[in-house]
Amino acid sequence: MIGNIAIVLFDGLAFGMLLFVLSVGLSVTLGLMNFINLAHGAFGMLGGYVAIVAMRQFGSPFLLALAAAFIVTALVSIVFERTLFRRLYRAGELNQVLFTIGLVFVSAAAATYVFGTGQQPIILPDWLRGSVDIGGTRFGIYRIFLIVMALIITALLVFGLERTRLGARIRASVDNQRAAQGLGLDVDKIFAITFAVGSGLAGLGGAMAIEIVGLDPSFGFHFLVYVLIIVAVGGLGSITGSFVGAALLGIGDVAGKYFVPEIGSFLIYLLLVAILLVRPMGLFGKR
Amino acid sequence: MRHTPFARALAACAFGIGLGLTASASAQDTVKVGVILPYSGPFADAANQLQAGIDLYIAKHGDTVAGKKIELIKKDTGGPAADVAQRAAQELVVRDGVDILAGFALTPEALGAAPVSQEAQKLMVVMNAATSIVTEQSPYIVRTSVTIPQVNTALGHWAFENGIKQAYTLVSDYGPGHDAEKSFAQGFTDAGGTIVGADRTPVANPDFSAFVQRVKDANPEAVYIFVPGGAQPAAIGKALVDRGLAPPATKILAQGELTHPEALASMGETARGVITTFHYTLERDDPLNKEFVEGYTAANNGREPDLFSIGGYDGMHLIYEALKKTGGDANGDKLLEAAKGMSWQSPRGPMSIDPETRDVVQTVYIREVQEVNGKLQNVVIHEIPNVKDPLHGAAK
Repeated sequence: MIGNIAIVLFDGLAFGMLLFVLSVGLSVTLGLMNFINLAHGAFGMLGGYVAIVAMRQFGSPFLLALAAAFIVTALVSIVFERTLFRRLYRAGELNQVLFTIGLVFVSAAAATYVFGTGQQPIILPDWLRGSVDIGGTRFGIYRIFLIVMALIITALLVFGLERTRLGARIRASVDNQRAAQGLGLDVDKIFAITFAVGSGLAGLGGAMAIEIVGLDPSFGFHFLVYVLIIVAVGGLGSITGSFVGAALLGIGDVAGKYFVPEIGSFLIYLLLVAILLVRPMGLFGKR
Repeated sequence: MRHTPFARALAACAFGIGLGLTASASAQDTVKVGVILPYSGPFADAANQLQAGIDLYIAKHGDTVAGKKIELIKKDTGGPAADVAQRAAQELVVRDGVDILAGFALTPEALGAAPVSQEAQKLMVVMNAATSIVTEQSPYIVRTSVTIPQVNTALGHWAFENGIKQAYTLVSDYGPGHDAEKSFAQGFTDAGGTIVGADRTPVANPDFSAFVQRVKDANPEAVYIFVPGGAQPAAIGKALVDRGLAPPATKILAQGELTHPEALASMGETARGVITTFHYTLERDDPLNKEFVEGYTAANNGREPDLFSIGGYDGMHLIYEALKKTGGDANGDKLLEAAKGMSWQSPRGPMSIDPETRDVVQTVYIREVQEVNGKLQNVVIHEIPNVKDPLHGAAK
C-alpha cells in the first residue's frame, strides 16, 4: 500500500511538472504584462512540431530537439509579439481573448495543412525508456526526467527574476511602467523578451508532452483548460504559485482517478473551486 | 468585326452561359451523394481517412456508374454533434437535393441524420459509426463498417477458449466504450471467464497512470482495453508497459485501434504480444488488400489506410453496386432493396449486408503484434467468418 501511494504521488507529480512547464510562461505573461494569451497552448503545439521535425528530418538527438523547440518557439513568438500582440496590450480583455483564441484556430488549421491531421509519434532515445525499480516499485524513467527538468527550469526562472539585472528590470517595468520608462528602461523590449521566454517554455513543454499525451493539431485546445486552471490556482505572475498549483493539480488528478475512479476526472475541478473560494487570487497571487 | 476587349468579354460570357446550360441539362444524369463527416475539430483525422477511402474508390472505378455521374457534396459537423449532423442532412436533402446520405464517422452524427433519411426516404450509408443501435434508427440505414459488439464478443469467446480465465476491463467512458465493455464481458463470461474488475476512463484522458496502477493492484491474467483512436492508444500502451503489465506475464486484449500503425510506431517494442480484434488488418496477405493498400498509400503521401478508410471504400462500393442493380435509379426504397443481402469481396475479406438488420456481416480477425522482417505488425492468428452483430434484436 505504501508503494501504491508512492507511485501515485510520483506519477501525479510528473504529470503536474509537465503541466507546469506548459503553463508557467502564461503565468508570467498574464501576471507581469496583464495580457491574456489564450494562444499559449498553440505555442506549445509549435514546440512539439519543431521537435518532431528536428528529430525526423534532421535526425537530431532528443535533447537537442528540446532546445530547438524552445529557441524556435521563442523566436516565432517575438515575431508575433512585435506584429500582433503588442497592439492589444492596452486593449480590453474581451479583445485579447477573442484575438488569441482566434489565433488558436488559425494555428490548428495551419498545423493540419502542413502536418496533416494524424498523430505524430515520437521515438525516445533508449536511456529515457523503461523504468527503474526502487524498493519494489517501478518508476518510469521519462517521468523522472520530467520532474528533474521542471526543477531545473524553476530554479533558473526564480534565479533569473530575483537575482539578475534583467529580472530586476522586468519587475520594475511591471510594478510601474511609467516610472520605469522615465528611468530609461526600454519597457517595450523587456516585455518582448519576457514574452519570448514564456512562449519558449510553452514550446519546450509541448515537446516534452508528446511522449505522454501525443501531438496533433488540436493540442492548443486540449491543454488550454489545464493551463488556465494552473494559472488561476497558482496566482498570476507567481512562479512558485504555478509550481505548487501544477503539482497539486497533477497529484490531485492522478490520486483522484486512482482512489475514486468514478468521480476522478471531476476532482480537479472541485479542487479548483475550493481553492478559489478560500483564496480568490490563487495560492500565491498578490493582486 | 473588330475584336475589341469588350467584344471578347461578351463572347466569353456567351460561352460561359452555353456551358451553364449544358451543365444543367445533364443534372438529371447525376446522382448526388451528401457526405457528412467531422472534417474539422478533434476527429478531423478520422474524416480525412474516410474521405480518402471514398476518393480512392471513385478514382479506381470512375465517377460514372450505370450512366450516372456521381457528385459528392461534403458537409462538416466539427465533431460528435447530433444537431449539427441533422441540420447538415436537412440542408443536403432540401437545398442540394441529394439522393444518398453517406459518411458518419461518429455515432452522434448517424443518430442526428437518421430521422432525416427516414422522412425523406433516402438511402443512408453509415461508413463508420460503430454503436450497435445505429441501424435501428431509420429503415433506410445500411452500415458498411463494423459494430463494436461484433468484434468484441468474438474476442471474449476466443480469449476464454485460449486459456485466459480472468480479466480486468478498462474502457473509455462513452457510448462505444460502454458497448465494448459490455460485449467483451458478455462473450468472456458466457464462455466461462470471470471479470475481476472494471474501470472507465474519461474520454479526453491525457494520463493513464492512475487507472493502470489500479489494474496492476488487481493483478489479473489479462486486461481488456478500449480507447478511441488518436493519441490514447500509444499513451495507454506505454503506461501499461511502464508498470510491467505486459505480455506474456499479463495478456493485453483490445479492439484494433490500440495497435494502429501510428500507435505501433510510437509504442515500439512495448507493443509486442498485444492481442487485438478487428475487421480490417492492414498487413493481411491478400491480393485485393495489397492492391488497396498500394493504391491508398500512393494517393495519400504514404499514409496507410485504417478502419475509416476501408469503411468509406466499401461504402462507395455498396452505392455503386446498388446503382448498377437499379439501373441508375436513385430512389431510396429501390436502392435499399438492392443493398439488402448484397455480398462482395472487400480488401478486408468477404462481407455482406444482412437483409434483416441492414448491418454488416463479416470475418472477425484476432491479431497479435509480432515481428515480421524486423518490423512489428499485426499478424492474424485466428479468423472467425460470418460474424453478425450479436446485440440486434436482443436489445428489445
